[in-house]
Amino acid sequence: MPLPVTPPNIRAVTLKIDDQDLSAREDETIIEVCRENKIAIPSLCYLDGLSVWGGCRLCMIEIAGQGRLAAACSTRVAEGMEVRTNTERLQRYRRTIVEMLFAERNHVCSVCVSNGHCELQTMGQSCGVDHVRVPYRQTPYPVDSSHEMFRLDHNRCILCTRCVRVCDEIEGAHTWDVMGRGSDCRVITDLALPWGQSETCTSCGKCVQVCPTGALVKQGTSAGEMVKDQHFLPILARRRHAQ
Amino acid sequence: MSTPNKITVATTWLDGCSGCHMSFLDMDQRLVDLAQQIDIVYSPLVDTKELPDQVDVGILEGSISNDDDLEKAKTFRKHCKLLISLGDCAVTGNVPAIRNHFKLADVMDRAYRENVTLQPQIPTRCVPPLLETVKPIHGEVKVDVFVPGCPPHADAIWYVLSELIEGRTPDPSKVTRFGA
Ligand code: SF4
Ligand code: SF4
Ligand code: SF4
Ligand code: FES
Repeated sequence: MPLPVTPPNIRAVTLKIDDQDLSAREDETIIEVCRENKIAIPSLCYLDGLSVWGGCRLCMIEIAGQGRLAAACSTRVAEGMEVRTNTERLQRYRRTIVEMLFAERNHVCSVCVSNGHCELQTMGQSCGVDHVRVPYRQTPYPVDSSHEMFRLDHNRCILCTRCVRVCDEIEGAHTWDVMGRGSDCRVITDLALPWGQSETCTSCGKCVQVCPTGALVKQGTSAGEMVKDQHFLPILARRRHAQ
Repeated sequence: MSTPNKITVATTWLDGCSGCHMSFLDMDQRLVDLAQQIDIVYSPLVDTKELPDQVDVGILEGSISNDDDLEKAKTFRKHCKLLISLGDCAVTGNVPAIRNHFKLADVMDRAYRENVTLQPQIPTRCVPPLLETVKPIHGEVKVDVFVPGCPPHADAIWYVLSELIEGRTPDPSKVTRFGA
């Protein structure tokens, strides 16, 4: 899904977020307004510069008058909206979501190449996940080391689809996609070929840099060595959408 | 000897590397302050051979991987008012739990037959049998405080113990995380 092109006549709206009176452009999403105003909203699938996916549900917020929670990354602001970003209920849900991410696949931070530079690990700490209350699934997932420069470890993947989106929307290669459902769901390269045999991959490494966890990494990194750099993304995204 | 108003503490290691206990010792000169307020009544760090009947705080390092670990965890739960899981092995299963992806028989074969040149055999005498699945402590007994980290930094252990001594509930996520 391409990012929406900004239409010419945009109005401003006023809204309240956590008791702060704010104004925003009517085409903005709640997460964008929060980021501009330094209101912390946890997110894992959202990344400035990529289209909105709305899959991780960490950015859930409460909107006054609505019984249902909304995802801040995929909800536009509206006049008079009253938003709460950090109620006890939201904290409880977020904590549970992160715990389930840890329980679903296999995370061993102490020996992970991304230890100390991982968004899931940091998210766990900031949501107060000091242990996982649900039992670990303990199901092994494959590792694809066939690419000469990069490696994919499905054990660490949280299915945020950032790799899919950056490869399609920014690099224009669309090497990645998603296959299967439920616990069988996984990211694939080309039509589920080993990454090293992919004919579309340009080896640009953008997918590796945007991956929030130790799922996509450079070959040859050992514990704690995989540091990612996402500075390129907003710059390239702006250029692409200006075309 | 324990003096009446000191907090009694017991510690032991299950399937861990003793690194969390080493990190405990890394509190260095703060251990001297700590000794004014707590009494270590049972631990690999002291001589006592028996866990006293009533202990205020129990600290467990390591995951539950064999019958003996399970027994120790249950005994600690029974005799300690407050139980702490210290370190990632205790909190998540961590490195010991990586073997959960293989059948126990295959793990044993790998360790005692495939990689052994002299008299390959599975040890059975004087060693506790391994459990099929490695679990974090709270997978078997109720745990009150979780201190993640591999190992948790001495500062984190100091923070948790100081809070408990002051009668407050520590929030370990303020000072440590998985893999810290
Ligand atoms: S990907 Fe992140 S959360 Fe998972 S093991 Fe690696 S550092 Fe830990
Ligand atoms: S390296 Fe570049 S082209 Fe290859 S899969 Fe990753 S983003 Fe796509
Ligand atoms: S490989 Fe990384 S970027 Fe791709 S879906 Fe998994 S966690 Fe997200
Ligand atoms: S950041 Fe909104 S759902 Fe993932």
